Amino acid sequence: MRYKIFKIIVLFFILTTNSFALVSVDITRGNLDPLPTAISDFYLDSKLGDNIKNLKLETKIPELIQNNLTRSGLFFALEKKSFIQRPEPAHNKPRFEDWAFIKTQVLVTGKISLEKEGRLRVEFKLWDVVSATELSALAFYTTPDNWRRVSHMISDKIYERLTGEKGYFDSRIIYVSETGPKVDRKKRLAIMDQDGYGVKYLTLGNELVLTPRFSPASQHVTYMSYFKNLPRVYLLNIETGLQDLVGDFPGMTFAPRFSPDGKKIIMSFAEEGNSDIYTMDIKTRVVEKLTDHPSIDTSPSYSPDGSYIAFNSDRSGFQQIYTMKSDGTNIKRISFGEGLYGTPVWSPRGDLIAFTKLYKNKFYIGVMRSDGSGERLLTENYYQEAPSWAPNGRVLIFYRETPTDSGGRGGGAKLWSIDLTGYNERLIQTPTDASDPSWSGLLSGK
Amino acid sequence: MLSKKLSKVALALVVTLFLGACATQQQATTTTKGDDAYTGTETVKYLADGVPDRVFFSTNKSDLTSAATATLAKQATYLKANPTLNVVLEGHADERGTREYNLALGERRATAAKNYLISNGVAANRIKVISYGKEKPANPASNVLAWSQNRRTVTVKTN
Repeated sequence: MRYKIFKIIVLFFILTTNSFALVSVDITRGNLDPLPTAISDFYLDSKLGDNIKNLKLETKIPELIQNNLTRSGLFFALEKKSFIQRPEPAHNKPRFEDWAFIKTQVLVTGKISLEKEGRLRVEFKLWDVVSATELSALAFYTTPDNWRRVSHMISDKIYERLTGEKGYFDSRIIYVSETGPKVDRKKRLAIMDQDGYGVKYLTLGNELVLTPRFSPASQHVTYMSYFKNLPRVYLLNIETGLQDLVGDFPGMTFAPRFSPDGKKIIMSFAEEGNSDIYTMDIKTRVVEKLTDHPSIDTSPSYSPDGSYIAFNSDRSGFQQIYTMKSDGTNIKRISFGEGLYGTPVWSPRGDLIAFTKLYKNKFYIGVMRSDGSGERLLTENYYQEAPSWAPNGRVLIFYRETPTDSGGRGGGAKLWSIDLTGYNERLIQTPTDASDPSWSGLLSGK
Repeated sequence: MLSKKLSKVALALVVTLFLGACATQQQATTTTKGDDAYTGTETVKYLADGVPDRVFFSTNKSDLTSAATATLAKQATYLKANPTLNVVLEGHADERGTREYNLALGERRATAAKNYLISNGVAANRIKVISYGKEKPANPASNVLAWSQNRRTVTVKTN
């Protein structure tokens, strides 16, 4: 259950920021015209030993960067075989006319060399082919087995330099892996990199587990488990594998999430047919009741500054989205469209709330502003729910179920992502069926 | 240059969102039917001769139908005649709702059945409730019949 902590030292060695770069990516609209990008193979310092050379990092790192960038939908990668210039001269002094000839607008080059104690120095440069300038250059020092994370961090730097917004590639996703027949589904917590690589299972599947969520501040996850047939909220340290019951409630606790500072867990507690929203301070164990209403109050989610909470309630007679101050006062209904609304999740940028909507027997993932205005539906399907935001608030991950036939065969659940623009909907491959995804923050911090 | 371009797009977006808001700020109406509880016996098991083990609910509802109270009355009689028996009431929802809300709904359905048994003379300390939300369907099909069979509270003997 241990998850390796990687240490990466990032060193700036040159930073030629050209604020009048001609090349940029506009991510505020559906990008139907992705930016032509050439990602050159990196070149290997000739002093590297065969053990490093055999890893083929000079192609693997650029391939991973290319996968990240193209999956974002904002970049179009040109085919390597069309490249005229070799990796080494391209990195040292690109012949821009060669790159303009193949109609790329940006160029990524890199160099891998050896540092002391078997560590690698991975350097990349981002070039604006149109204005023939260097946009940024950065070197990372790391161990060879950590090349994936370095690739994700380079991808984030490129994304940030070209879009003006933070990236989201150096992040992970926790979800529920599903196997077995629908009437006796086996569910396990699973964690993977955001690109689907490196799936690890955190529970064995002996008990039903649901709705894992990352702490924004640490290596903790909160989730719901039917351990000993008592449905309760737990806190799990994914580094140590240690887990703790959250609070001492005499009934079902569910729908947990962290406060933005990671100090509290907010969740529902069901008692005598009534679910209300509570918080528990993880350190002091002090429990606070925030809502007190005979209706169902659940799916709470803090605003990123911690001052407000969005939640789901059927106090109007049907499932709708409400907001309140974080002390439980000033409760306000914000969803007024036709249909039922659930699973509000506040964007890390603070401006939008993502939700699930049921309308005329179809399920939608949508967003609205935090006052309920500006509702926009991003995707419609037979069944989908539980959006979770990428750390930069530009992409949502959710799960989608397909129906079974009249004999109960077929069907299943998969993870999908979609841009805030409603474009670039993508299946995220997982080894098993998957549901309840939760996106981590950036691993390399803010 | 870039920021100018961005702000133009942002403005266009705000206008679109505003127009969108006007279109959606209507009186909320519901799309769920009021009365679609399952009335058949296909999935039903029996605690004893003539004592069905489960009751069914309408979409999004936890009210007991007259068929449900008739079943629970039989369960109450049976439990009072067998005073050493304890039960757990398992509340369930169909798959057409969000997971977390369905957990709460299952708990509400199980509690509705529990309160009926208590009001019919079964001691409260003999009854536990648990909600499985939509996690354990009785019928795995994705159709109206299956959903109605899955909106249920099942009484299970624990000893």
